[in-house]
Amino acid sequence: MSVLIFIDHSEGHVKKASLEALSYGAAVAQQLGTTAEGLLLGTVTEDLAALGKYGVKKIHQLAQDSLNHLDAQVYGKVIAEAVSATGATVVIFSNNLSGKAVAPRVAARLKAGLVAGAVALPDTSNGFVVKKNVFSGKAFAHISLTSPIKVVALNPNSFAAKTSDGQAEVAALNVQADTPKVKVVSATQASGQVPLTEAEIVVSGGRGLKGPENWGMVEELARLLGAATACSRPVADAHWRPHNEHVGQTGIAIAPNLYIAIGISGAIQHLAGVNRSKVIAVINKDPEAPFFKAADYGIVGDAFEVVPKLIAAVKKLKGLA
Amino acid sequence: MKILVCISKTPDTTAKIAFTQNNTKFAAEGVQWIINPYDEWYALVRAIELKEKDPSTVLHLVTVGAADAEPIIRKALALGGDEAIRVNADHHDSFYIASQIAAIAKTGGYDLIFTGKETIDYNGSSIGGMVAELLDLPYISLAVKFDLEGTTATVVREIEGGEETDSVSLPVVVSCQKGVAEQRIPNMKGIMGARTRPLKVVEPVAVEALTSVVSFELPPAKAGVRLVPADNPEELIRLLHEEAKAF
Ligand SMILES: Cc1cc2nc3c(=O)[nH]c(=O)nc-3n(C[C@H](O)[C@H](O)[C@H](O)COP(=O)(O)OP(=O)(O)OC[C@H]3O[C@@H](n4cnc5c(N)ncnc54)[C@H](O)[C@@H]3O)c2cc1C
Ligand SMILES: Nc1ncnc2c1ncn2[C@@H]1O[C@H](COP(=O)(O)O)[C@@H](O)[C@H]1O
Repeated sequence: MSVLIFIDHSEGHVKKASLEALSYGAAVAQQLGTTAEGLLLGTVTEDLAALGKYGVKKIHQLAQDSLNHLDAQVYGKVIAEAVSATGATVVIFSNNLSGKAVAPRVAARLKAGLVAGAVALPDTSNGFVVKKNVFSGKAFAHISLTSPIKVVALNPNSFAAKTSDGQAEVAALNVQADTPKVKVVSATQASGQVPLTEAEIVVSGGRGLKGPENWGMVEELARLLGAATACSRPVADAHWRPHNEHVGQTGIAIAPNLYIAIGISGAIQHLAGVNRSKVIAVINKDPEAPFFKAADYGIVGDAFEVVPKLIAAVKKLKGLA
Repeated sequence: MKILVCISKTPDTTAKIAFTQNNTKFAAEGVQWIINPYDEWYALVRAIELKEKDPSTVLHLVTVGAADAEPIIRKALALGGDEAIRVNADHHDSFYIASQIAAIAKTGGYDLIFTGKETIDYNGSSIGGMVAELLDLPYISLAVKFDLEGTTATVVREIEGGEETDSVSLPVVVSCQKGVAEQRIPNMKGIMGARTRPLKVVEPVAVEALTSVVSFELPPAKAGVRLVPADNPEELIRLLHEEAKAF
């Protein structure tokens, strides 16, 4: 009986979402009076033992270069075998894109109940009940897991990574990985940009910005804030912005600390993807725009006048002007 | 070539989300039901396009649901497809649903199984991966582009912060999202034709659900927006920095 946390990485680095998962898993373990252990497939440049500061006692590693690429089928089997080998009864993933590819496979293989999209620690006072997002951010459900093994995929940005003193013991995992059936032809990484689902701040633009040529100020504000950029669906449909920036019910769902919406009306389908943001600031020239009802802060004004002033104010604050 | 598309029924995107019976049941009264947008716009439309390209393709749709899912699967058939299968079970556990779909897939011998990216009510994004595991097939999640050449699929999928192009031999399970196809409006011919196409009802295989909903909860209401005058945007930055501590 232990808690096993899957550690996701890319380009040699452990992802921020996995640090959150480690802290979450450590807290779950403490709640259950057991220990938390990490599982890493492939290799990273970081010192794995140092990940002990997130509360894990041990890290199991299958240090095979071929595993630096995540293949859902290969990973699913290896992780399931690691769960059996370590005797883990709770398995934690981040519900990021990697988690979405692998966690369901692991759960099905182990006949383990899965909660994908957990937003809080489980309630273990009477069984094992996990709070998760449902109805595209418009509600939560408390899900009871009744299987002997439980799989929980934690939504990014919903549990803060915590550190304290501690070193983890690193142990080699003795499991055989299959050869992937899926061949990777090519991969593009939007380098230098903050991935949307991991971003703490997101600056987003809608049809109110009139055309793709006006996104310079959105990008500049984002860059100054270390934010990712996003957009509404019609903006992506019109190819003003790449479709992977489209947030909402039919796009990506995000939960940053701050969401700045510029020239977006706030249609219910848009809100469904962003309403879990901790703070929402809206800039819209229409005081009746529905987005103001979902906002914490707002400016009723013309984006083309307001945004350049916001940029100047951030520069001043950061000592850049 | 045989394709199976997984179709689920969800409340309309504008439906009011509320709960009854002590917050244990979704308040379905007066709610308009639709085909889950990802299943309709992307998975189903792409499958129809593949069939249009190669008319010998057999296209089946499957839904796991009670009788009230029939209008939805009929609507999906009106868009295209040769036959629909409804597994007669009203269950919401992903493993249970995936097991039913896997059972259908096993007997049907499909080369390609499409699901949507996620249901917009449960937001599991899990059923495709579970079906793949139960069938021991490769799974390509979150596809944004899907092409087929003979029995080799080339799929572009979303990965953390970028995209990846994969090549895989059929059979395979793929979850579809925006980019894979463009939404279509059903036409009269399709709607009329769908009436004559078979809708088979099959009983579920025995599987134990591994999860259950204890209760629902609505998020706390927002306190209300704090407006900053348009001639003083610096104040917004100050508030976000000092008061909201957002950066
Ligand atoms: C099933 C379904 C699913 C959908 N899924 C999504 C989804 O995932 N994501 C999504 O975003 N949408 C989605 N939509 C579309 C959604 O209903 C809205 O149509 C869309 O969000 C509107 O985008 P917008 O706010 O950019 O444009 P608009 O609604 O046109 O709003 C533009 C806003 O800009 C303001 N504006 C104009 N000029 C200025 C200016 N100079 N300065 C400041 N403000 C200005 C206007 O006052 C207006 O409020 C979906 C719709 C359906 C039916
Ligand atoms: N009851 C169901 N019957 C058939 N397919 C379903 C059902 N529920 C979900 N699916 C499919 O699985 C996908 C992912 O669902 P989920 O894992 O619940 O987010 C959906 O987009 C559908 O394609």
